Amino acid sequence: MNPMPPPGYTQTLIADDPFWLTAIKVLVIFAGLMLVTLFMIWFERRVVGRMQQRPGPNWNGPFGLLQSLADGLKLAFKEDIRPVLADKAVFFIAPVLSVVPAFVAWAVIPLGPEVSIFGERTALQLTDLPVGVLVVLACSSIGVYGIVLAGWASGSPYPLLGSLRSAAQVISYELALGLSIIAVVLYAGSLSTADIVAAQSTGWYVWLLPVSFLIFAVSMVGETNRAPFDLPEAESELVGGFHTEYSSLKFALFFLAEYVNMVTLSAVATTLFLGGWMAPWPLSLIPGVNEGWLPLVWFFGKTLVFLFVYVWLRGTLPRQRYDQFMRLGWKLLIPVSLLWLMLVATLRVLRAELTTGQILIVGGVALVLLVGAALLIPDQAPPDEDPEPTIVTDYPVPPLDLAVPPTPKRRRRAVAGSREKDPSGETVSAGASREGEP
Amino acid sequence: MSAVGAIAAAAPMTGGGEMSTGESVAFWILGPVALAGGLGMVFARNAVHSALWLVLTMLSLGVLYMVQQAPFLGFTQIIVYTGAIMMLFVFVLMMVGRDASDSVVEVLRGQRLAAAVLGVGLGGLAVAAVAETLTAVGPVGLGPGYGPEARGNVQALGTSIFRDYLLPFELTSALLITAAVGAMVYTFAGQVRRKQAGQRERVVERLRGPLAQYGSRSGPGVFATADSVATPALLPDGSVAPASLSRIIEATRRERLDADIADVASESGPAGEVDARALRGGDGHGDGHTDGHAGHDVGSTHDRLSEGSHRATGESEGAR
Repeated sequence: MNPMPPPGYTQTLIADDPFWLTAIKVLVIFAGLMLVTLFMIWFERRVVGRMQQRPGPNWNGPFGLLQSLADGLKLAFKEDIRPVLADKAVFFIAPVLSVVPAFVAWAVIPLGPEVSIFGERTALQLTDLPVGVLVVLACSSIGVYGIVLAGWASGSPYPLLGSLRSAAQVISYELALGLSIIAVVLYAGSLSTADIVAAQSTGWYVWLLPVSFLIFAVSMVGETNRAPFDLPEAESELVGGFHTEYSSLKFALFFLAEYVNMVTLSAVATTLFLGGWMAPWPLSLIPGVNEGWLPLVWFFGKTLVFLFVYVWLRGTLPRQRYDQFMRLGWKLLIPVSLLWLMLVATLRVLRAELTTGQILIVGGVALVLLVGAALLIPDQAPPDEDPEPTIVTDYPVPPLDLAVPPTPKRRRRAVAGSREKDPSGETVSAGASREGEP
Repeated sequence: MSAVGAIAAAAPMTGGGEMSTGESVAFWILGPVALAGGLGMVFARNAVHSALWLVLTMLSLGVLYMVQQAPFLGFTQIIVYTGAIMMLFVFVLMMVGRDASDSVVEVLRGQRLAAAVLGVGLGGLAVAAVAETLTAVGPVGLGPGYGPEARGNVQALGTSIFRDYLLPFELTSALLITAAVGAMVYTFAGQVRRKQAGQRERVVERLRGPLAQYGSRSGPGVFATADSVATPALLPDGSVAPASLSRIIEATRRERLDADIADVASESGPAGEVDARALRGGDGHGDGHTDGHAGHDVGSTHDRLSEGSHRATGESEGAR
């Protein structure tokens, strides 16, 4: 494996980019994200289709790849409706506010190592700020404004409810997201995304910080309003949620923002936990595999894995109830990440101040104490023998040991007589009498 | 903001003093925008518009911080003020309602005068502080060469907060947490703590309760003397509504039930068991055709209830 650059190297590498190179990078990232969105819509429909035993879009273009392009064009030519009660300016700004931050976050994501573009040495990254991770968080916190204002400006109740839900949801899950990032930053010793990737050259953080990774993965889904956490646009409750009143290109912008956000957060997760553009383990043994343009393949491969999980979740899990969702966020994810953070910080301090032998001794004593404490916990009481309630009632329910009593003699005689006399019988019913009337 | 990032990255990391071209351009764009945001906040009629103007000001300030080599401060400004605090404001404004407007009646006497005096005073203080800063204090670059061991702004900030000023920082967080807990206590103090029963508990409770709690009751607005399906509905003129008569019940002949009724009524009935199970009118013996000769006038409940209107029907069926 090639030696990793020192911290801050990427920053100086990018800092002397000429203007035309920055412009090219911006253009490529923008166009690439549009293409990825088109691909993602097709990918989601195909994968969900396969999961639901149907083919999915397969008619336009090879494998139906052009289907989302056709849908997008159709969307652009639809009538742009604005409700009478809508707040004109805010109604227009909201979709823009939701889509722009989703793109901006890509500025700090490292797509690859140092390469040469037209003779200019640079890194495959638009810019590397010393606080790169915060850019992602800032972008997602601005993006909420789009959703919240869309609901408010529509001037109708369903979007308003959707946007209220969305505001509460994104604020709650942003906390868990930020807390799970802190552990990564503690280990990498830097907020810069390029430095975080470089710090993972010895081992990905998903192995070192599995709890952080899990919390990040869950809050990532909550942050992007995707199933099973798509409460702001719950079709069964809120029609379309915050974008109920939107149509045409404005709706398309929301659609774009949702998918770009998915891709963005998947890329962030890849950067923070899966080693960014570095090759996965068996491949990383081959020399030269982490150089040049090849790492783009690893990066997008890992991102695609996250995107597949997004689709998989949507195809598998039903939507959560709002209180379940909030309970998960506030009562599970945030306390667990706080405890985990304490643990990680303690370990960091211990590593700095104690030798390995001392850590092992302290850890062993702590383990013994924990096991002893676990033995002190009383066994769980056995459950009730019969948790089913006995139905105490005089409602005519047949008893389980029902023995049919003998028919009385008088009736037996009458039955026998009637069978001999008239086999067809005669009854009058309401339905029959109605049919009989002219 | 990507453009701003490019500017921030492209801005030469000078040690201080002179201002680069990029920085002045950014200032002359962001300064007026921030000012416009402040004015818009004051003069906007709608509360949400007001909040949005304030968001604009905060964003401009955040970007100004970034341009001035304090990216951590800038992004924290955006995340905390714009993302969390202003979002809470907008949230509350939306809950209050889009048409809520401020009352223009002055409730505190002398409020305007006090506000004017204090406002002018605050302005004077701000101007004095800025003037002092501009004249007396020399600028210090916050770039990569800044701070202990020259590790840059973010690391220096971390060292300051968590090493030099740890106690004030911890005290401030304790104060904030106390305030948050206090707000929660005041919110929930008046409410009675009641355990939320789950779905299963509610079902068990219902099944353990009296019979009247399960099964459906007559709908609201219905005058009913009985809940039985055998009770026919009445039309406004007092006659029986044919559609309310059950096919199954009507298909059971009165004569079939006679023996059962007698059984129940007599003392020599089956083991003296007088309950609903003793009525075996439909006990599945397939002996529905008890009396072929019986006329329509002595037929089912249906016949007896609406004799006149259904006589013809009975005849037609008898002829069949």
